[in-house]
Amino acid sequence: MKCDNCNKNATVHLTEIKGGKKIEKHLCEQCAAQNEGLPVKSHMPINELLTNFVMAHSGLQKETGTGCDQCGITWAEFRQSGLLGCANDYQVFEKDLTPLLQRAHEGMTHHVGKVPTRRGGSGVPMKRQVDLTRLRKELAKAVEAEDYERAAKLRDQIRQAENG
Amino acid sequence: MKLSDLTNHAGEWLRGNGPMSEIVISSRIRLARNVNGFPFLTRCTRHQRQALEHKVRDTILAADLSPEVLYVDLDNAPEMDRQLLVERHLISKPHAGAEGARGVAVAENETLSVMVNEEDHLRIQCLRSGLQLEEAWEQINKVDDRLESALDWSFHPRFGYLTACPTNVGTGIRVSVMLHLPALKLTGEIEKLFRAAKDMRLAVRGLYGEGTEATGDFYQISNQTTLGKPEDEIISDFKHAIVPKIIEWEQHARRTLRDDRTVQLDDKVGRAVGLLRSARLIASEETLLLLSHLRMGVHLGRVKDIDLRTINELFLLTQPAHLQRIQGRKLEGDVRRAVRADYIRQKLGVS
Repeated sequence: MKCDNCNKNATVHLTEIKGGKKIEKHLCEQCAAQNEGLPVKSHMPINELLTNFVMAHSGLQKETGTGCDQCGITWAEFRQSGLLGCANDYQVFEKDLTPLLQRAHEGMTHHVGKVPTRRGGSGVPMKRQVDLTRLRKELAKAVEAEDYERAAKLRDQIRQAENG
Repeated sequence: MKLSDLTNHAGEWLRGNGPMSEIVISSRIRLARNVNGFPFLTRCTRHQRQALEHKVRDTILAADLSPEVLYVDLDNAPEMDRQLLVERHLISKPHAGAEGARGVAVAENETLSVMVNEEDHLRIQCLRSGLQLEEAWEQINKVDDRLESALDWSFHPRFGYLTACPTNVGTGIRVSVMLHLPALKLTGEIEKLFRAAKDMRLAVRGLYGEGTEATGDFYQISNQTTLGKPEDEIISDFKHAIVPKIIEWEQHARRTLRDDRTVQLDDKVGRAVGLLRSARLIASEETLLLLSHLRMGVHLGRVKDIDLRTINELFLLTQPAHLQRIQGRKLEGDVRRAVRADYIRQKLGVS
């Protein structure tokens, strides 16, 4: 069956009752999304579908949000284990972490005390830390895929970043 | 230095010669640190975990922390060695039982240990006998500086030293004292300690830290707040407010036992001495309890011919891994209990 609007295959079939009259529509995914405002996502993996369903029904939807782009951990995963995945999470989840830190540390939210000396005038910029995390992740992937040429290149880059 | 060199004596922290050592067994400070550019351990791949362990181990060994540094690769160490390190308080129980690349460096006569790849990339610890928190801080602060000149710590201007668990973030410091409180236990006043600890947001744990019971009347008190309070303030609170208060309570309870309940006290102490000097089979838990009463008896002058140091050593050397290491063989069940009883009788001067 073809889509009512275009020539693609119709995969969405709607039946509307308007003023006692039955209207049938056959649309492709794109047209359904555009014309009817139906949030159809093609090829959604079954586990994602299930996770969304479970989260939506357990009131946890807000918590799935976006995960950390460095280590991939989500707020819900952190709440489950109590452990963060990487240093970057403190920035990603700063808003959600604040009330939690207040409870754990007598209402305090800002560090006082020792500061690493290398972070003084010639301190290492935060950026470098992020780059290194990304590079190391890529290196791990390259090693796993047995792409040794790429791994060697990445290793050199890491070494350079570490010394730079 | 080899692991076997450690076995035949107690570490510096158990010598029993530090300030207030009749009640304060040891002072411990640990710092949690993570290395920039590596995810925290739960998110490390096997490869990253290994790379991190190598990097940190090499840094520690090159840092010249003390003339002799022992590094133990825990992933490849036999179970008994790992147990031995737990009994000596050089590694945590979870670190002993974990999997994957991890290790521990031991230096400065066992007053310093650095766990690698525990919950955080590094857990640096200084352990000293008696009440010596300022000395421990001075030592650990230097070690932290030394390691930091080669490793780039994860640090955030607002959150401080970043740790895997947000309950450690900020200074990453845990200050703890191991207290021996048999009189508070015997007089039923130990509840006072729990209430006070709760009010002051302190944690009370057993002999081997998190999740362990207060065997042998040993209680470990530690801070829980790590954010928004500088290191020296936390240490000063312990030294000047918290520990003196608890010492005062325990001393008061000991005096009450000695002056008003002399017969009950002598009965407890006498039974402990009698059992330890004549038992032929004894389990480690019973040993801890009896040694605890004996230790109090020695401090109160009810027992004259045994010194605190011998008792402190017995606390350690009668533990399962130590006993087996001293004997040089695997011991189980009644054989182990018999060897323990023989060892105690010999140390307490009974042939």
